[in-house]
Amino acid sequence: MIEQFRRSFAVAKKDMLIFYLKGPVVIMGLIFPFFLFLAFLIGRNLGGEQLFVGLTAMTAFFTSTAVGPTIIPWECRGRTFERLITAPVSLTTVLLGDLQASFYFGLAISFLISLSAAVYLSVHPNPLIFLTATLLAIGCFSAMTILMSSYPPTDVPADVMMLSSLLKFSLLFVSGIFVPLERLPAYGRAISFLSPLTYYVDALRHSTGRGYLPLWVDFGMLILFGIAFFLTGVSIHRKVLERRFT
Amino acid sequence: MNAIEVAGLTKYYGSFLAVDGVNFEVKTGEVFGFLGPNGAGKTTTIRMLTGILKPSRGEVRVLDYDMLREGEKIKARERMGIVPEMANPYVDLTAMQNLRLMGELYGMSRREIEKRSTELLRLFDLYDKRDKKVRTFSKGMRQRLILAMAMISDPELLFLDEPTSGLDVISARMIKDVIREEKRKEKTIFLTTHNMADANELCERIGIIRKGKLIAIDTPEKLKGLVKGRVSVEVSLEPMKFEPGAVTSPIKVERMGDKVRIFTDDPDATIRELVGYTERENLRIISLRTLSPSLEDVFVELVGDRDD
Repeated sequence: MIEQFRRSFAVAKKDMLIFYLKGPVVIMGLIFPFFLFLAFLIGRNLGGEQLFVGLTAMTAFFTSTAVGPTIIPWECRGRTFERLITAPVSLTTVLLGDLQASFYFGLAISFLISLSAAVYLSVHPNPLIFLTATLLAIGCFSAMTILMSSYPPTDVPADVMMLSSLLKFSLLFVSGIFVPLERLPAYGRAISFLSPLTYYVDALRHSTGRGYLPLWVDFGMLILFGIAFFLTGVSIHRKVLERRFT
Repeated sequence: MNAIEVAGLTKYYGSFLAVDGVNFEVKTGEVFGFLGPNGAGKTTTIRMLTGILKPSRGEVRVLDYDMLREGEKIKARERMGIVPEMANPYVDLTAMQNLRLMGELYGMSRREIEKRSTELLRLFDLYDKRDKKVRTFSKGMRQRLILAMAMISDPELLFLDEPTSGLDVISARMIKDVIREEKRKEKTIFLTTHNMADANELCERIGIIRKGKLIAIDTPEKLKGLVKGRVSVEVSLEPMKFEPGAVTSPIKVERMGDKVRIFTDDPDATIRELVGYTERENLRIISLRTLSPSLEDVFVELVGDRDD
């Protein structure tokens, strides 16, 4: 178990060296959330805490979901995937490595941006809540990329990017960033509970003042979503593995 | 002891039967060739042997591990090296980084990885390029690196799927030399190839698959014995003049450039008749040799001349 985890880190290191600087990753992980934040900011009279929550949530969500979905399609296209899975590692180990690559990318950039924003906006989030929420959320979003990359079993990264972008934008607009949960209509709130981003945004609000849901619910849901995404992703990857070679 | 044991191996893709009840064993220390036309089921078989694909039916044991069990499959892979068909190294990494990645995936220590990588880079004549990105490598260099990656843990069993396909002469020769050297060290090698000369030269036994069925399995020389009427006598004369009536009952006569090839059931009688003919006609024999059937003849005889 520990040995397989160590080997998954080798996969993550490889992903970091190869995929972090790929054009689509830089665009979707860095440039895109920056412009989205500008759209969120301009023309609205928002307080520092609201800006901090919005910026941090969008950065964590977009950076930690930028790398993961395209790794396996890129590996299949480059004919490196078969080489990788014939090594003495299980498919779960490979996917755990891909998850870590997303996690470290999201973690580094999210902390850099959010801490700079906290200083600039003079916001003082509760460090324990902020840290726990951000670690859980980035883990959860990284696990979501394992699910995103599982289907369709394609070797065209653009296909996966398109589907994952569709999903990410849908989640972004129902997660209480643009309209806080308490101001959403009942049906909107019900939909927002289907998004893991909702619980991260709410936990960030707790860190800067008051959230809508109890904090333990936010943390619990992020953990549950993360586990469900990873296990479902692994299961689908196993089922479609054969189709990647035929 | 057997390194590989396969019983009733069957694979369906939907309703298409790709591999049909294949049975064979590969002995420890043996170089086993697996031949067949395109689409015959070679790569599907090798993918089932290495645990990438699950068979629809049948059993696969590699190094005494059951390849259908996840835990045993990984233990078996610790002791084998695999060169998949048309696989690439990571082109955005250097040769050294590719080897380091494989070493880490095999659970080797950093010191072991550095030592073994240096040995392999020197063996495959890539040491001077060790810090260059693989993107700049030729096809031959990439294939040598792929084989080096498969050998990082000094495995006792190698699966090589078309390792010399489409390579330049130097790279192909280097890879064949390494296969011979591994054989000398009593490693087991499972090799698929389209190159009959390579198979004849390297393999101790050969299995031939067609339309998913294993249609022959034996040593190269015994397989050649399956082809009747393919012994031939090849002669070149000066001046080059040959009348088909010069020899009695040839099976077939083929004119090949400045030579004539006479297929016969009795090469001794054919040679005597040829010598008599050249004396009568006052011709000079430039060259004369008997040819036994090649592995290619066996392959064409058994498989036909079309892909499956």
